[in-house]
Amino acid sequence: MEWDWAFTLKILPQLADGVVITIQATLMGSIVSMLLGLCWAIVRRSKNVFTRRASNLCVEFIRGTPLLVQLYFLFYILPDAGILLSPLVAGVIGLGIHYSAYTAEVYRAGIDNISAGQWEAAKACNLNARQTWIHIIAPQAIRPMIPALANYFISMFKETPLLSAITVLELMNQARSVANFSYRYLEPMTMVGVFFLIISVPSVIFLRRLERRYALSD
Amino acid sequence: MAEWAGYFTLILKGAVTTVELTLIGCTIAFIMAFAAGLGRLSTHFTVRALATTYIEFFRGTSIFVQLFWAFFVLPLIGIPLSPFLSGALALGLNVGAYGAEVVRGAIMAVPREQHEACVALNFNAWQKMRYVILPQAFVLMLPTFGNNAIELLKGTAVVSLISISDMTFQAQVVRSQTGDTTMPFLSILIIYFMISLLISTSIRGLERRLSQGLDVTKA
Repeated sequence: MEWDWAFTLKILPQLADGVVITIQATLMGSIVSMLLGLCWAIVRRSKNVFTRRASNLCVEFIRGTPLLVQLYFLFYILPDAGILLSPLVAGVIGLGIHYSAYTAEVYRAGIDNISAGQWEAAKACNLNARQTWIHIIAPQAIRPMIPALANYFISMFKETPLLSAITVLELMNQARSVANFSYRYLEPMTMVGVFFLIISVPSVIFLRRLERRYALSD
Repeated sequence: MAEWAGYFTLILKGAVTTVELTLIGCTIAFIMAFAAGLGRLSTHFTVRALATTYIEFFRGTSIFVQLFWAFFVLPLIGIPLSPFLSGALALGLNVGAYGAEVVRGAIMAVPREQHEACVALNFNAWQKMRYVILPQAFVLMLPTFGNNAIELLKGTAVVSLISISDMTFQAQVVRSQTGDTTMPFLSILIIYFMISLLISTSIRGLERRLSQGLDVTKA
């Protein structure tokens, strides 16, 4: 099978439509996962043993099961319960929930890495809980979290093709519809790979720079 | 209730395929991780470049795209693969690229003095790896390998989209035959979770056994 440049150019606009949806899903999914991950991290620090255990189990469960099945679950089961979601919204929620299990871990590690001395010093200075978090803990904990979070957003980006399984018209689904329509698989499928590389390689380079910039100096 | 049992058997049959795929994929990933991980540490420029290209390519594109490419495009350019084989290969090569970075990181985490001691003892490259570096580095790799194996297990769900009858595929079959969504999807979620628990506990056990007698600082 020969590579057909004219055909490639012709399908490019349709694929570009898909890229836009892919990026939208990634951005919205990132926001959901950042917020939800923060909730997990807070609940997991709870003083109540039961709450802690239950939230740990939830996070383990989310991490141990495939995103695709979770998406099916959201997409097929919630309508039975009377909650109708558009495919894209279901997809964003699915991505957000799945990756919140990972971002929770990032937050936890960032907070745990603050040495006990900092907490004690805050106490010695008679800071209250709010002041301790805002002025002492957060500024030190957030820095090393940034590259780790960015890393997960890149992996989330690479998992967005799964949304095509729940009929979101993102890049992969556009490519498949082109391919099924024209019976040419070589160009659409390869172009999907190329698009992913075009976006993810610069993101990885950007990530390396973030890592250097926010690396712990001590 | 009787038909329920029948549908559940169907899902269990899918679970066997999922486990098979995971095992074959992990084997490929393990081999590729060491080949590419050691390749990146090679002194030859070409070997290093090849390993880096492999790693960056497979980490840069998603497993989903690789799978579709292996399934739809490879047959067109004259490499026909069965769906099962292309699935296992894509999963193995993908996770292997992540594993390669783990191998490289763990080997570099072995302290410098250990490398120097090998030179002092006149070990050749093979002896150095086999008796000094790898026994220490391997323990460091294990936890991340365990996570990668779980990622691979989760990746197998994607192969259902290229018509391999794994667990997710069977759940879809049950869904379309019965119209019931909760039972098939909830049961496969639980089975996936049990398999991933099995992987993480056995890796932890292996880690305990292999770290006996080693004086390695935990990374």
